Amino acid sequence: MIATIADWLGAGCLVAGALLALAAGIGVLRFPDALSRMHAATKPQVLGVLLLLLGIALRLRSPADLGMILLVAVFQLATAPVAAQMIGRAAYRSGRLDRSLLDADELAERGPGSGSAGPA
Amino acid sequence: MTGSPEPAPDAPGPAVVGRGRLGRWRDQAVALGWLVVVWNLLWGDINWANLVGGLLVGAAVLVFYPLPAVSFGGRLRPWPLLAFAGRFAVELVSASLHIARIAVQPGYRPRGAIIAVRLRVATDLNLALTAEVVSLVPGTLILEVDRDSGTLYLHVLDTHGPADLGVARARALAVERRIVRAVGSTSELRRLDVTSPEKGTRP
Repeated sequence: MIATIADWLGAGCLVAGALLALAAGIGVLRFPDALSRMHAATKPQVLGVLLLLLGIALRLRSPADLGMILLVAVFQLATAPVAAQMIGRAAYRSGRLDRSLLDADELAERGPGSGSAGPA
Repeated sequence: MTGSPEPAPDAPGPAVVGRGRLGRWRDQAVALGWLVVVWNLLWGDINWANLVGGLLVGAAVLVFYPLPAVSFGGRLRPWPLLAFAGRFAVELVSASLHIARIAVQPGYRPRGAIIAVRLRVATDLNLALTAEVVSLVPGTLILEVDRDSGTLYLHVLDTHGPADLGVARARALAVERRIVRAVGSTSELRRLDVTSPEKGTRP
């Protein structure tokens, strides 16, 4: 009984995670510039991966697998922001952003040191 | 581990300078402990061979890849930690759904903004933790970190005008507040209340 419920919950988590990953993919295609694409590429995917891992954990249920899944989750959470920041910073410094889509840019007002950032 | 050759000139911050060798050894021991746990989880079960292997590998990692000391001066408070985790989960889900929605909404071009958020507690650990959490919640992306002044530069997606910038800034500062409440020291907690939590303008 419990096993059946866990299986169904796991299946639900898997589908939900896959849908979030799909939305992230669509976002990468549709968003206008590099910075907004980074949002789509890194963010729904975090929750998506967590849901997928939860779904897998609910179906596997053995201690060794749970330990491994926990590790994957922790490292995913710890490394995704680092990668996102590196790419975001590179995009900003090389001017790959659409300034007409920005309401404000307080990084540009920072003064010397970031002078090479962006066209105009 | 003979006083690992770390790049000292890189301003380690007042908290680290004041600590003796004992604190440094304690930090190393904690790191070693975590590495052993990770090693055992990777192998999938805990036995003596894995414990010894983990100790060896962990010690090798600490000796050959020394990191600048980030010491933990605060203490863990269970209830604020739980509140932080719960709030994080809620924000993660709602913001993920929001980004997913505007990703599939036909003909919608989201606008963005880059804002500077000056944190009130500018320690390395708090800066890193806040940056991680802010960046994990969809809709905000860290572009640049100014370590000296403790300022985070965020790209915020889907803004509709100046009011949204204030909201995003307040949200980042609220994340910092929850983190300091959960793991910060008492003096850091006090700093939260002294400095007014309004807009982080540059000097």
